[in-house]
Amino acid sequence: MTHTQRAIAPMLRLPATPDEKPYLVGYRCPECNATYIGGNRVGCSKCTYVGDLPEVRLSDHGTLYVYSIVHQSAPGIPVPYVSAIVDLPEGVSVRCNLVDIEPDPQKIEFGMPVDMVTRKVRERKEKNAHGDEETIDIIAFFFRPGKN
Amino acid sequence: MRDVYVVGVGMIKFGRYPDKDVSQMGAEAGVLALKDAGASIKDVEMLVCGNLFQANAMNAQKILQQIGQTGIPALNVSNACATGSTAFREAYIGVASGMYDATMAVGVEQMGKMGLLGGGARSGGESVEGVLGSGLMPAVFGQAGVEHMRKHGTTAEHFAKISVKNHKHSVHNPLSQYQVEVSLDDVMNARMVAYPNTLYMCCPTGDGAAAALLMSEDKLRQFTSKPIKVATSVLTSDPYTDRDLTMPDVNTLTQNAAKEAYEKAGIGPQDLSLVELHDCFATAELLHYENLGLCGAGEAGRMIDEGRTELGGDIPVNVSGGLLSKGHPLGATGVANIYEIVTQLRGQGGARQVEGAKAGLAHVIGLGSACTIHILTA
Repeated sequence: MTHTQRAIAPMLRLPATPDEKPYLVGYRCPECNATYIGGNRVGCSKCTYVGDLPEVRLSDHGTLYVYSIVHQSAPGIPVPYVSAIVDLPEGVSVRCNLVDIEPDPQKIEFGMPVDMVTRKVRERKEKNAHGDEETIDIIAFFFRPGKN
Repeated sequence: MRDVYVVGVGMIKFGRYPDKDVSQMGAEAGVLALKDAGASIKDVEMLVCGNLFQANAMNAQKILQQIGQTGIPALNVSNACATGSTAFREAYIGVASGMYDATMAVGVEQMGKMGLLGGGARSGGESVEGVLGSGLMPAVFGQAGVEHMRKHGTTAEHFAKISVKNHKHSVHNPLSQYQVEVSLDDVMNARMVAYPNTLYMCCPTGDGAAAALLMSEDKLRQFTSKPIKVATSVLTSDPYTDRDLTMPDVNTLTQNAAKEAYEKAGIGPQDLSLVELHDCFATAELLHYENLGLCGAGEAGRMIDEGRTELGGDIPVNVSGGLLSKGHPLGATGVANIYEIVTQLRGQGGARQVEGAKAGLAHVIGLGSACTIHILTA
């Protein structure tokens, strides 16, 4: 049985070659440089440019803007966890879980450097084109306190 | 555009009505508003119904099917939490434009105990809630509060005081879903939902309905000698700001709406007798003190500390109990705000009456985002 990796969201890219690291992508307005998470865009809501927004590779590090510590969630979602907004150097922000840190306001600093990591969060069994069952590992990205 | 007045309001107590249905609750509120004005459904020339979770159920028509199928234009509005206030605005535009002399807005919602709301979104079939942060409302408004902490040094206790105040107000409002006082300790020590909002700092889910009857100056003379004027109606959407699409910016569209409302009404924040604003979470109320210009940037923490927004303070906020106590049946909320302002401007607030109330502001935000502001004057 084979294991295949699949990104939890289209913004996360998992390169086929194992020595290349996963990365996030954004879409940048060619007129005003506003950068968006998520594709399927018709134009730029900042400057009203209409047309293609080329894909840009986003940095794997940023700074913590703000957060909340979630103690109550939908059934099946482990709590507590830190829901965070991370500012990336490309001028766009992403929402993520902040991991490898105590979910305690005393321990979390505004503006702290954070680095992206990827982890398997769940798996699912699917039949492939040949009718064989395979295991899909769902990979998500997280941010954790940075080294510097 | 011509002047528009509220001549009748009605509201059923917010709570839980598992045995009623949406059109029934809406019709009950509508009948109360008509009765309040001494009017009949036959006087109404257009009906607008605001309802979110059954937006495709033709509730405006169903209300008419309950209380009078007069064949008038009936339409259904949804605009997130600003659904009811948007319905009110559509009814307002109907009269202001000169097209109709009498319109009615009904806001109604039946939520039951539906739990946490918001975009606990999926991405291409995979649930990302709790993995890529949280899109649920408690975390969204938690983050909005934490942003204020970051910018201005606001504390969790400042936000908790909002909840204490609104619960204190609620005991004087018989239509409030909860009418219970809570202490600062109660609020601070309650179960944490999403930092910094504890249980008492989150509005409940529930059922409810409210209605308002609007008329032109010529038409209202046969019904009332105490009309309440709608001095302005403003609706904004979220303008582009740097993080808005990742972390909904509830501030800028409110600031824009407030600026436009004050300009159009010729009434400034210093002229307001009371404000009913969108305290879906305690954090939200504090931010809106600044967004609505009730105080300067960074001063909202001090404003709650000094008790200025309590009943008896210089600008009472959410004397109805606010969403935190009164409840937040989404489609009903915006019309219920109007109900409270009208009640206060008529001097019918009872134990929660703001003395000498002359002008009131009703503010609602729907995440996604929509912001309405209505300023009413006696």
